[in-house]
Amino acid sequence: MTSDQGGNVDSPTSGADTRSEPNPVLPHGDNQDEATPSLADIAAAPDVLADSLGEYVSAWVKRIRSGESGALPILLGLVLIIIIFQVQQSRFLSAGNIVNLLVQAAFFVLLGLGETFALILSEIDLSVGFVAGIGATITLALLSPSYGWPWWAAVIVGLLACAALGALQGLLITRLHLPSFVVTLASLLGLGGVLIFLFDSFHGTVGGVISLPTTGPLYNLVNGNMSTAASWIALVVAVGLYALVTITRNTRRRARNLSAPPLSITLLTIVVAGVAGALLVIVCNINRGILVPLSGVPWVLPIVVLIVVGWTLLLSKTRTGRYMYAIGASPEAARRAGIRVQWIRTVAFTLSAFTAGLGGLMYASRLGSISVGYDGSTYVLYAVAAAVIGGASLFGGYGKAVHALLGGVLIAAVVNGLALIGVSTAGEEIATALVLLAAVTVDSLVRRRGSKA
Amino acid sequence: MSTDGSDPDGTPLIELRGLKKSFGAVQAVAGVDLKIIKGMVTALAGDNGAGKSSLIKTISGLWEQDEGEILWEGKPVRLRSPKDSEALGITTIYQDLALCDNLDIVQNMFLGHEVLRHFTLDEGSMEITAKKILAELEVTTVRSVRQPVASLSGGQRQSVAVAKAVMSNAKLVIMDEPTAALGVSQTAQVLALIKRLAEGGVTVLMISHNLIDIFEVADRIAVLRLGRIVADGPIDTFDSSVVVDYMTTGRSDRALTGGATGNASGQ
Repeated sequence: MTSDQGGNVDSPTSGADTRSEPNPVLPHGDNQDEATPSLADIAAAPDVLADSLGEYVSAWVKRIRSGESGALPILLGLVLIIIIFQVQQSRFLSAGNIVNLLVQAAFFVLLGLGETFALILSEIDLSVGFVAGIGATITLALLSPSYGWPWWAAVIVGLLACAALGALQGLLITRLHLPSFVVTLASLLGLGGVLIFLFDSFHGTVGGVISLPTTGPLYNLVNGNMSTAASWIALVVAVGLYALVTITRNTRRRARNLSAPPLSITLLTIVVAGVAGALLVIVCNINRGILVPLSGVPWVLPIVVLIVVGWTLLLSKTRTGRYMYAIGASPEAARRAGIRVQWIRTVAFTLSAFTAGLGGLMYASRLGSISVGYDGSTYVLYAVAAAVIGGASLFGGYGKAVHALLGGVLIAAVVNGLALIGVSTAGEEIATALVLLAAVTVDSLVRRRGSKA
Repeated sequence: MSTDGSDPDGTPLIELRGLKKSFGAVQAVAGVDLKIIKGMVTALAGDNGAGKSSLIKTISGLWEQDEGEILWEGKPVRLRSPKDSEALGITTIYQDLALCDNLDIVQNMFLGHEVLRHFTLDEGSMEITAKKILAELEVTTVRSVRQPVASLSGGQRQSVAVAKAVMSNAKLVIMDEPTAALGVSQTAQVLALIKRLAEGGVTVLMISHNLIDIFEVADRIAVLRLGRIVADGPIDTFDSSVVVDYMTTGRSDRALTGGATGNASGQ
């Protein structure tokens, strides 16, 4: 040790040498620092305090160019897919099919939403497909005449079973320090077996199928519709609430001298949300019945929106949500900040499974039954696809509930469209794979450009 | 400034007495006696393997010493976990800074200590506090406190880490090589930040083997060699060549008049 000390020590001169060494990376940062802006400049940064619509738009364009594309690629992708299918099959954009597509999407949205929790934490949950199936099977079995439970009790037990499966996986991952990929892969394989076992053990299974009684709230979740008037009232209330919350918050922020988007932007957002909602209600209220008149917004749609809003609030407004993002980016930083990392991880896997369970109920409600042939291993891949297409990162730390919503709708559009133009199963799977690849490629290209700029 | 040798020039915030820590056969800290004076910037210098990191990890509570005691404001304390150290007001900023790239400056500063209002995060209050602290530290180069930390330069990231420490009302901030990865102007920025931190009454223990930085910012210096403090005193009783002597050989024949206080235990 003594012998090489002379070489190791940083004498003042060698220190100076190291310092003045040309560094290819630093000059940029240095220039930034040297242009030390005053406090006024900080306040005037475009994306922080854009006073006018124009400024805001230019800041937004800048953000997209720098790689923060947000939901833009997926919206463009959705438009592209819609155009392709509409050209192939004019029935694609009929009121009946749009409603059908959205109802189909509910399942993918909720599975993707569950997956988003895992992805934010930089983990993966491969079990959501079968967890959803098991929850639905338990609920439907309890609802069948053999057991005859009230609907709410059956739903609660089914969802609790899902949450328990998630918590169990979370505990295995956190307490035994096992990789989530392996634990949830084991669940994917094992729960497929458990599902078959459940079908064998429950009474009320007919030919490997448990049917959902055609009366009752669970069946009506998808098959029941809000009345035309109720749809409009719900929309007005929702948009009004959104407007109230946004405007109050921004006014409050401005009063405290904090940056807030200009009023024109807020109003524009509210108008866009209102118009989109109104279009949806109008489409749903068109008579889509073939033999008997059928119209109205299926109950499942506002319920999915409520779940997405709830999880958005959880992720963005609570400590639990904040800690999920922190752990996803740097578990070490989170640990040093005193966050109970293992607890939050377990919560995330529990929420993931619970949300998947909600998805399973939508699935069973739409089909009116669940069968032993339920293909949980394919659905989990749709879930990952929905979350990733929507914008969650496989590397952790990013992802929003609304992304799963968009991703789920896009997946449903592909699945629905391909079935409509009569593509074979082989073609359907290949096409879905291509959409996933395209979405991830676009995302990765945009991000790479962002990091270069 | 009196340089009595035995009597330090201020009240010690934390005092280490005969601190020892071994890892198997390796004695990383071999009996350290050190007083860190309140409100001053103390530089802990030493060559690679001198035991600097082992020493600060003991103070940060990552592990407990094998022998010796730690006195905080004159009272013996046991630091068995980082929580114990934090509770006293000791914050350590490691080289990796422990920031979350995906979160913005405010979110990083408040991580683990979020302010709630009606059971939800009170972003407004947190933003106001964060702005105030950054203004006090004269961190003016960030465009917005809502910028994700990933978009910041090395010096700015260091500033956020320091602001985070200030926010936790730290009394002692330990910084591990704060300028190691920085360019010239960013180093100046961080050193200025350390000075302001001390002006604000915070005691700073800065690990560094960059003598230029040490002489720029430190009030006192302690030189660690082979797990022992070989020299310790006000910075103006040292010059670079003396410090280098201590770092490499554990003694110096060129000690300035008035005397750097060579520590007998080092020889």
